[in-house]
Parts: sequence; structure tokens; C-alpha cells
Amino acid sequence: MIETLTRIPVAHYSNLKARAGYSIKIDDKEIALFKISNGEVYALENRSPHPKGGVLSEGLVSGEYVYCPVYDWKISLVDGRVQAPDEGQVRTFKVDREEDIIFIVL
Amino acid sequence: MKKLVMIGNGMAGVRTIEEILKVSPEPFEMTIFGQEPYPNYNRIKLSNILQGETNFDDIIINPLDWYQENQIQLFTGEAVVKIDVDAKRVISDQGREVDYDELIIATGSNSFILPIPGADKIGVTGFRDIKDCEMMIKSAEHHKKAVVIGGGLLGLEAARGLLNLGMKVDVVHLMPNLMERQLDPIASSLLKAELESQGMNFFMEKETVEILGDNRVRGLRFKDGSEVEADLVVMAIGIKSNIEVAKGSGIYVNRGIVVNDFMETSVPHVYAVGECAEHREIVYGLVAPLYEQGKVLANRICGTVAEPYHGSVAGTQLKVAGVDLFSAGEIFEDGSTKAIMVYNEYDGIYKRVLTRNNLIVGIVLYGDTKDSTKLYRMLTKKEDISGKAIFQTDCGTGDSSDIAPMPNDELICGCNGVTKGTIVEAIQTQGLTTLDQVSHCTNAGRSCGRCKPMVSSILAYTLGDQFDAAAAQKTSLCGCTTLSRDEVVAEIKAKGLTSVKEVMNVLDWNMSEGCTKCRPAINYYLGMVHMDQYKDDRDSRLVNEKIHANIQKDGTYSVVPRMYGGVTTAADLKRIAEVAEKYDVPLVKLTGGQRIGLFGVKKEDLPRMWEELDMPSGYAYGKTLRTVKTCVGAQFCRYGTQDSMALGIELEKKFERLDTPHKVKMGVSACPRNCSEAGIKDIGFVGIDGGWEIYVAGNGGVDLRPGDLLCTVKSQEEVMEMTGAYLQYYRETANYLERTSKWVDRVGLDHVREVLSNGETRKALNERMDQTLKKYIEPWNEAIQSEEIQDKYYAKHTIKVGE
Ligand code: SRM
Ligand SMILES: Cc1cc2nc3c(=O)[nH]c(=O)nc-3n(C[C@H](O)[C@H](O)[C@H](O)COP(=O)(O)OP(=O)(O)OC[C@H]3O[C@@H](n4cnc5c(N)ncnc54)[C@H](O)[C@@H]3O)c2cc1C
Ligand code: SF4
Ligand code: FES
Repeated sequence: MIETLTRIPVAHYSNLKARAGYSIKIDDKEIALFKISNGEVYALENRSPHPKGGVLSEGLVSGEYVYCPVYDWKISLVDGRVQAPDEGQVRTFKVDREEDIIFIVL
Repeated sequence: MKKLVMIGNGMAGVRTIEEILKVSPEPFEMTIFGQEPYPNYNRIKLSNILQGETNFDDIIINPLDWYQENQIQLFTGEAVVKIDVDAKRVISDQGREVDYDELIIATGSNSFILPIPGADKIGVTGFRDIKDCEMMIKSAEHHKKAVVIGGGLLGLEAARGLLNLGMKVDVVHLMPNLMERQLDPIASSLLKAELESQGMNFFMEKETVEILGDNRVRGLRFKDGSEVEADLVVMAIGIKSNIEVAKGSGIYVNRGIVVNDFMETSVPHVYAVGECAEHREIVYGLVAPLYEQGKVLANRICGTVAEPYHGSVAGTQLKVAGVDLFSAGEIFEDGSTKAIMVYNEYDGIYKRVLTRNNLIVGIVLYGDTKDSTKLYRMLTKKEDISGKAIFQTDCGTGDSSDIAPMPNDELICGCNGVTKGTIVEAIQTQGLTTLDQVSHCTNAGRSCGRCKPMVSSILAYTLGDQFDAAAAQKTSLCGCTTLSRDEVVAEIKAKGLTSVKEVMNVLDWNMSEGCTKCRPAINYYLGMVHMDQYKDDRDSRLVNEKIHANIQKDGTYSVVPRMYGGVTTAADLKRIAEVAEKYDVPLVKLTGGQRIGLFGVKKEDLPRMWEELDMPSGYAYGKTLRTVKTCVGAQFCRYGTQDSMALGIELEKKFERLDTPHKVKMGVSACPRNCSEAGIKDIGFVGIDGGWEIYVAGNGGVDLRPGDLLCTVKSQEEVMEMTGAYLQYYRETANYLERTSKWVDRVGLDHVREVLSNGETRKALNERMDQTLKKYIEPWNEAIQSEEIQDKYYAKHTIKVGE
């Protein structure tokens, strides 16, 4: 099977503020983009895995984690895993950076 | 969405719901009926309440917020009286009908009350719920002599509690030995001797045949004709599964509601769990097996494949200070059992393990129970004991040296089924340092609490040198630190810390950027300490305060502009109407705070709407002053004695935007008819002839509480002065997220009155208040002005990918 990967430019790195989440809509996919304090950028599906959902982009960012703003689940930005005692996983997307451009790989 | 209804809001039922929330791939629409007027609480701790070790607030397991957060519709104080299994519907005693796709019956059990003459007299009670407990505590205030019928676990815990409440206590027991179902005669006699030395008096082998007295109980008569006096009688002879509601509905019941290994009753889509359920002819009365049942049931309802329930062996312990006792499995020897015993009469230590075919089948430990987890594991895992040491030879101290040899699958918290391995892993992977945190992450210690010393030892063992015993015990701000609120505030002052980041660095936070508990709290404390010198850290605020609007279930927001004192103008109303129309606002509603809310607004529309509204934020989302409700007052009303609207507007204009530990609401009425409901506000003002009454600590929310009269003052200036001082004192001493009602209950109204009675103190408080108020700017306007803020917080970036 051949997989097609698409790289989509979504933001200028220098415009991103640390510890903020940006919501990015690519066609009908909603992605939350986060820049954390050490400068790394991560992309996750913008939806909490809590049974009742909710966005992630407005959550509080701490180190490599974001807290779901509606249900307070703690979610790893690196692998999308929900931290104990809750369980679940958010889909993550690969992020590429070239010069000042941030790409999301779909 | 599938509809899940649960009857009973107790320990087993709600634990099942917690498990469902964890495993369910699809959300359910959930409704819970609870006959008691409380959220789910830890029934086990009623014994500790009676013994004066804790209070009602502390035993709530899931507060009302939890139900809200998980969108569970909860009806408290409402019992289900009928199940229509054909229509799949339940009907409550208030006539409410709710349809279900799946129904859980978790109605627990009732105290068994002896069917003897006089059992209905005032002063006779069971020991099952908060109501019983309150009744006993109240009785102890006016009466001196209690009799507890029943020398089992529950009876002895009740008796100890009543002793602590200052009553004289007799325990009446039908059998020759106390706790005969858990203890053998030797352990039983040791226990009796200990309890007698604590002041309990026993009547053994006595059968009560009548309760004496007119309206209120006066005494009891035994079968042998003898009598004892009593002002209070507690019946603790056993429990009776609560199967009423199932019985009338065609569901098969025996002693309990009969269930199979998947907790299914005889009727499809109806399940039972907890003390109301009978599994393989056994009804369990301890939480450990019930929680196991809950897990099985949750998997069943969610359609997850998992192990069926095979029944359990549970260990018991008596929660009475000075008594160390554990029992599990079989008690009585028969021809096929062999006993291993240690009996040290001098130290009051007795241990007996019953074995059959090299397997442990029963354990009784008295005076020293530290082998209990190990033995219990050997019993439940059916480990062959040949060649193994059963009792520890040294007098181990239960400290961390006992932890190392313990296998990872050893059960530490029996109630919640948590093993050593799980605890160690949680401590290591999540950097836990306090008992509180471990309980939170693993559930260990969340029920009876007996495992806490062991959890503490595991903490010490796992952390090694980094273990701080004192810190491990206290309630820290959150899992990122071992410091308490007061310590953090003191450090901020002493070390002159000025930013959230600095606080975390200097005070050795274990998550370098904190969590949702500590970041907003520290941001608040810094602003409180440094007044106008502190620059707010917007990214340490949670979503509502960060966006300056209230997030809703679907990710949209609400916009509520200020309407000072609930007073508006035709022009403002027009503007609100125009904006609502232009932005297609799905809901325009009068809020409970006397103003207009626009609900369902898209985030990216917020700044433009604010601009067009041209009104300040009403802060309907903030930990700050919300609204000042007013009545129309002396300007128009024939009863009004004061200008309530004017005072309300002045208060709202002065204190708007101020950061407070929790939200603050005010109400101003111009006469005692109190049309603005000032009696249930954080601060309420009631106009009287020649002045104002100031009420404080009212709350109209979760814990309804009427306000208390703080003082009566003569003029509007005095109102402002007293209010400023009161609010500032609250700001400086309350815990973050502590509403004024809880704060006053904690520190005491008399204390607050005393502080505020000093003119100098009031002046100083007001000065700090005024300095703090200088720093605030209007947030909606700020967002309109700043592109940076708009880009960071409000923009939605949409990208179309070309084919
Ligand atoms: C809009 C409003 C309901 C309405 O349609 O009228 C409302 C809406 C919310 N209330 Fe309320 N409360 C509203 C008046 C009240 C009142 C009545 C009052 O103020 O007179 C009360 C009881 C009085 C009291 O607070 O003592 C009230 C007690 C609560 C509580 C319980 C507080 C407590 O201490 O027990 C919460 C939960 C909390 O704050 O933690 C809450 C929380 C909420 C939240 C913020 C829940 C949340 O976190 O999302 C709701 C936001 C809905 C939304 O989509 O924006 N709301 N809420 C009212 C806004 C008033 C305003 O103009 O600002
Ligand atoms: C004082 C005391 C000390 C205890 N100590 C221990 C201990 O140390 N260790 C241990 O493991 N266990 C202990 N227990 C037992 C433990 O509390 C129970 O096993 C456990 O609470 C049972 O859970 P449940 O959900 O089955 O019932 P419950 O917790 O009783 O919950 C049932 C709920 O359903 C409600 N209800 C009933 N009928 C209806 C209806 N028709 N409609 C709506 N609601 C209804 C009831 O009001 C009740 O709130 C103790 C119990 C008591 C009373
Ligand atoms: S507006 Fe208030 S009362 Fe109504 S659902 Fe929301 S929180 Fe509950
Ligand atoms: S053993 Fe009961 S709470 Fe852990």
C-alpha cells in the first residue's frame, strides 16, 4: 500500500508564543498546535478524548503536557497519551520545521 | 446516546459509574437517583465522624461538581419507587419518570431493626447514614446513657463513637463472644478486655425483648426480665439488603437481588451491584468485593470483554483507636484444618492462621496486624505454604525495611484492590511525594483508610532519601509540591518571589511549570501579596479567565456584559439586540444575575462583538466580583427605606475586576422583604430605617447557606468601608477556590468580627484594597486594542489544502 504524506505549512515559528495553543483548521480537520517553553512544537487533534470531548487548544500548557480545559485531563503533547488516573489517547501529528515555517505532516 | 439510569447514589453504585466513565468508548446519558440528600459519600467514615476524627464535609467522595463535570443528572433526596421493566422506565416518589436503556440497581441495604415492641420510639436508631450519625451526635448533647445492641464491627464502632461523645455506653450482645463471625474466642476475649479498659460495659448473652419508655426511649428489657436504662438505643445487629424497588417489579430476588457472574439480574438490561445484590447466595457487606463487582459490571455495560465475577474473600478490621485487629476467611476449625498460632498474652498479641492442605484458609490477627497483607495475599492467591515462614520473626516496625521483600502483586489497599506495584509505579512515573497524591492517582486509601500507614511506608521506601515524613502527611497545594497554601504565601513574602515561574523554581516544584491546580492559585497569591506591583500571568489562568468568556460544552463561549446593579437603558438594550442579531447568537437569555447573556458565540467572533457592544465585561466567568443584584428600592418602591440601586451600582463600580479567591456575589435590598435575595449572597445589604444591615457568607449554590449578620451601619460610606475591609481580609486569608461561605465556616464569624472591629485594621485593609484596585484595566477593551492578544487567544487559523 502506498501512503501519501502531505506537508502543510501552518504557521511561522517566530509568531508562535510559548505555552499557547493555536487552533488550526485544515479542511475539516481541527488541529491544536502548541509551542512549549523549551521551543518544541507539537500538533494534536483538537479534541479531548474524554467521552464528552471538548477542545484542547485553550488548555493550560505545562512542560510537555496540556490540560483539557473542560474536564482537566492531563494529556502528553508528545504522544497524546492521557495521564493516570484517566485513560485515553489523542491522535498526534508529526511537525516539521524548515527555517521559520512550521509544517504539519498529514 | 444510550440512557443509563442508576437507582442509589452510594459507594458501590458511584464507583461503578467511575469505572464506566473510564472504560466507556461512547458516552452515556446518565441519571442517578439518590434517596439521601447528599452527593456520594464515604459511608465507612461515619464511624470516624462519630469518633470525632473527621467531619461530614471531608467524607464526600464525589462532590456535586463531579456530577456536573461528567454531565450526570443527579436527583438527590428522591427515591425510585417503581421500575417498569416492560416500558424500560423508572418512576420516582416525586412522580418523575425517566426512561432507560440500561438500569443499575445499587440501593445498598438498611439497618436491621429488631421487630420488638417499642422499636419505633424516639431515640432508637440504626447506624447506616449521615442522618443516623447526626441523630446520635445530637442525642449526646442532651442525653447521657446509650445502649448499643450488637457486638459486631458496626456496634463496637458505634459504641466507641458514643464514648467519645461523652456518653456512658453499654453494649448488648446475644452471643458469648464479640465479633464471633470474624474472631475466635481468644481474640474475642482480648478485644473485650481492651474495650472494657476503654470504658465500655458489656451485657453478653442477653436477648432484648422490649424497648421501654413513653415517646422517648427510657430503657430496655431483656428476655431474663432484667432491665437497663437508656436515652439512646443504637441497633447494630446487621443489615438487610434493600430490595423493595426490585421486588415489586418482577425482578427475581432472594435475600438480595439475585445476579449472575456479570451482575445481570433476571430481567435483561437491569443490573444490581453492591449490598443489594446477591451473588452465588452471598450478599457482601464490605466495599472491596463491591468494588470488584463494580468493575465487572462497568465492563459488561460498556461491552468490553473482561473477567466475570467469581466472588471474593474480604478482610475486615475494626476502626477503633487502640485496637489493632484483622480477620479474613474461615474462623472455625474443623477436622480438616490445622492452625498455626502465636499467643503473647503479656503484650496482648495473638495470631492464628488456619490452613487446609497447605493453603491458608483463615486469618485472625490481634494486637499486631502487620503480617496481614502478606497473609491475605497468600490466602487469596492460594499460595502453598510448605516451607515458608508464616509470621515474621523479628518485631518489624512496619517501616520501609518491610517493603523491600514484598512482591509487587501484594495487595496493599484491600478496599480498592491496589497492589504495591501499582503504587510504586505511580510514585515513580508521576513524581508523587505525599499520601494525598498517591490516593488521588491510585485510589489507595480512599475508602476505610487502614492501608494508609502501609502506603506511607511504600512512599518512604520508593523515595529513599528524598522522603520527607512531615511533608508526606499534609495537604499540599497540589501534586507538584509538598508545601501548603500558607507555606507558599509565606515563602512568596519572605523571599520576595515575583512570578509564577520563580515560585516554582525557588520552591522546588516537581513539575517545572505546575498544573491546573497550582498555577492559577500561585498567580492569585502573587497578585494578592504584591498588589499593583504584580503583572498577571495570563497563561496561568484557566480557559474562562484567559479568554474572558465562559467556555461551553461545544467549545463556544458566552458573552455577558456588565449591567451595573441590574440597571440598563433602552439604548444599551438596542445595542445588545443588534449585536445578537448580527452575529446570529443562538441564545439570548436573562441570567440569574440580573443581566443579559449571549450564549453560543464562536471564539473568533468575540473581539468584534465586544467592540460593537462597547460595554465592559460582566466577568460572568471569573474568580472576582460577579454581580450586585439590587431591588428597585426607595426610588420607586413604597416600602423602600434606602436607595438600593445607587448603593449596588457604587459597589459594582468600585469592586469590579478585583481578583478574589473564588467568585463573589452581592445583593442590595432596600427593606427586609429582600427582593434581591441579599440573604444568600457572599455579601448582602438590607436597608432598614436609618441604616444598613450587612450579611456575609451567604451562598445560593451547592451548599445553600443563609448569610450571617456581620454588623449594622448607618451610612453608605460606612457600608463601603466595611465591605472593603471584609473583602480584603477574605482575599488575604482564604485558600484559592474557597468561597466566602466556606471561609467563614473555617475561620469563624466571631474571629472575622473581631478583626474588623478594629478601626486601624479596617483602615489598613482598605488601603491595601485600594492599592490593588489601581491595577485593573478593562479586558475586553484591551483585547480589541491589541493585535497580539487577538492573534494569540482569539484567532482561528483556517487552511484549505488544494487538491
Ligand atoms: C449564566 C448563569 C445561568 C443563567 O442562565 O442565568 C450561570 C452560568 C454558570 N454558572 Fe452559575 N450562573 C449564573 C448564576 C448563578 C447563581 C445565581 C446568582 O448569582 O444569583 C448561582 C447561585 C448563587 C451563588 O453562587 O451562591 C450560581 C451558582 C454556580 C455555582 C455554584 C457555586 C457554589 O459556591 O456553590 C457554579 C460552580 C462554581 O462556580 O464552581 C456555577 C458555575 C456556572 C458556570 C460558569 C459553569 C461553568 O464552569 O461552565 C455556568 C456557565 C454557563 C455558560 O455557558 O456560560 N454557578 N450561578 C448565571 C450567570 C449570572 C451572571 O449574570 O453572572
Ligand atoms: C458505620 C459504617 C462503617 C462501615 N465500615 C466499613 C469498613 O470499615 N470497611 C468496609 O469495607 N465497609 C464498611 N462499611 C460498609 C460499606 O459502607 C458498605 O458496604 C457500602 O457503603 C455499600 O455500598 P452500596 O453502594 O451497596 O450501598 P450504600 O452505600 O448504602 O448506597 C445505597 C444508596 O442507595 C440509596 N437508595 C436506596 N434505595 C433507593 C431508592 N429506591 N431510590 C434512590 N436511592 C435509593 C440509599 O439511600 C443509599 O444512599 C461500613 C458501613 C457503615 C454503615
Ligand atoms: S447554568 Fe448553572 S445551574 Fe444551569 S446548568 Fe449551568 S451551572 Fe447548572
Ligand atoms: S484498605 Fe481501605 S482504603 Fe485502602
